[in-house]
Amino acid sequence: MEGKEALMMGNEACAEGAIAAGVRFFAGYPITPASEIAEILSVRLPQVGGCFIQMEDELGSITAATGASIGGMKALTASSGPGLSLKQEGIGCAAIMEVPLVVINVQRGGPGIGNIQPSQGDVMQARWGSHGGAQLIALAPSSVKECFDLTVQAVNFAERFRVPVLLLSDASVGHMREKIFIPPSVETVERKRPSVAPESFETYDAEDPDGVPPMAEIGTKYDSHYTSFMHHRSGLPAWTDLEVTDALVRRLANKILHHRDEIILLEGHQLEDAKIVVVAYGSTARPAKAAVNMAREKGIPAGLLKLMTLWPFARDEIQRLSGRARAILVPEMNLGQMAGEVERAAGGRCRVVGLNRVDGGLITPEQIFARLGEVF
Amino acid sequence: MPEFLSPAVLLEKYYRSKSLPTSWCPGCGIGTVVGGIVRAILGTGIPPERFVFVTGIGCYGGAGTYLRFSDIHALHGRCPSYGTGLKLANPSVYPILLMGDGDASAIGGNHLIHAARRNIDLTAVVLNNHTYGMTGGQYSPTTPGGTPASTAPYGMVENSFDLCRLMQAAGASFVARTTVYHVTQMIGLITRAIRHKGFSFVEVESQCPTYFGRSGKIGTAVDMLKWQRDHSVPVEKAGELSPEELKGKIVTGVFIEEKRPEYVDAYYALMDRLRESAETPK
Repeated sequence: MEGKEALMMGNEACAEGAIAAGVRFFAGYPITPASEIAEILSVRLPQVGGCFIQMEDELGSITAATGASIGGMKALTASSGPGLSLKQEGIGCAAIMEVPLVVINVQRGGPGIGNIQPSQGDVMQARWGSHGGAQLIALAPSSVKECFDLTVQAVNFAERFRVPVLLLSDASVGHMREKIFIPPSVETVERKRPSVAPESFETYDAEDPDGVPPMAEIGTKYDSHYTSFMHHRSGLPAWTDLEVTDALVRRLANKILHHRDEIILLEGHQLEDAKIVVVAYGSTARPAKAAVNMAREKGIPAGLLKLMTLWPFARDEIQRLSGRARAILVPEMNLGQMAGEVERAAGGRCRVVGLNRVDGGLITPEQIFARLGEVF
Repeated sequence: MPEFLSPAVLLEKYYRSKSLPTSWCPGCGIGTVVGGIVRAILGTGIPPERFVFVTGIGCYGGAGTYLRFSDIHALHGRCPSYGTGLKLANPSVYPILLMGDGDASAIGGNHLIHAARRNIDLTAVVLNNHTYGMTGGQYSPTTPGGTPASTAPYGMVENSFDLCRLMQAAGASFVARTTVYHVTQMIGLITRAIRHKGFSFVEVESQCPTYFGRSGKIGTAVDMLKWQRDHSVPVEKAGELSPEELKGKIVTGVFIEEKRPEYVDAYYALMDRLRESAETPK
């Protein structure tokens, strides 16, 4: 089979990326600007032997998707701000139960019902939204093509690390239409299966060096004990066993953090000799690139670091850049959520300045270019 | 009715010895209900590994911890939605949902009614002890009016749910009620519920001697079991009694057992149809 070129919107590319990556289950609840993902998958999934269900609410959606993943299907749910707030309970629960899952957040303005304009206001929620501070993975697409590619990547990371992966799209990239090439097939990752006999299987036996326990097929002789309690490797509650609890909480974080090199996806543009670096992500990365080109034309040595992985954070790369740049500019559609993280990594080695827009309008190349001029 | 296994054999084969003793108070009804479910499962003849306990949070939700069955012990109130995803993705498994009255009808009420509406093939065994036992005896949606609770110090002011009527109205195709005292009936009803294709709901009136027995002034565990015996009315007889006579009674038996289209079957039939034809969206 050959690939095909198609004109599609970001939300559609997410849906097609999910199917290409092997997602066969979607549970969701209607919300603007994410509903197209559900609508498209309600058509597409049953065509490919998959299941779509519209649940009674967002809590039901995230938990049905988790149940389906345990059932053996790669699972997805999608929503936007208010829905994501509700899903936090289920996201944290999937994290401690170590259930692979992808959650797409087509960001809109908040807090509250806010509006349905583009926003990047959920960046910190993606990191710290669920109680207990679970270490998740979050990716951010800046184009329709990246909606496809990063959805595939999100599914693969979820299966590889048995963790909920968030895809932080927004109303702009989600509704934007672009021509993209859909490859005939993509590289997929299947969850690790146990190599021991059923009698010696323990649900959370994470002896492998990667810290990820194999996941057994449910409904077989391998008894699986998925639990959201602090637990022993058997899945039995650890209650007040301090040592076991400590090891568990650290392993859940480290199975992600020890694989930063594999997970952190970045793209540099004109960085080699850059004295002023724009760190941008999601739909803001595109005007940022245009602004860098405009600056170069004017002789300003600007460069762009595009973060495609937001969490875990590209700490080391920012650290390196901060050693040789005069300043870092972080344009974002929030009041400086990622700028704070960049500042922390820069550790005072260079100035970190923001460019923030929270009126629901997109940040323009001209705005970033003007700010670059001021900062430089 | 299959051979009645002794508790010793049951414990050895189907409980995780490492996790015992249970955290349940002496005289609690949960152990009897869980034992009844295990016996019901064995009575169906379906391989035990095909069952998945999907349990809520609360004293009853801990049951999966003690059993040698696969289980998902996830969130308060969400058993029906975890079960829905699990069953839809993997129709070969039999999810058994364990929820207390608060879990099922307060925090999880929305999922419960919608699972019933879809008539998805799940079996819910709701243990109704009219209180939140684990957190200290707060009132639940099934606490009777006037009864004190740790959050109803002057007596319960709210109305309470009749869970079986709620489930019938929502669309469950098998609805039954029994008590811990009527353990043989309980095993039989749960067996029927598992075999029934569609959403099956069994409410078990249970005793919490630690909280509801005291606050409701019923007494010890034994008093509570006698109370269950003396206040139960089979559904067949309930029709002959006036609403006044039925006040404070537990109506037991099968309220509804109907063959109706089941959700997972319907969805997979759609998939098959799409595989065989070039049907496009309407």
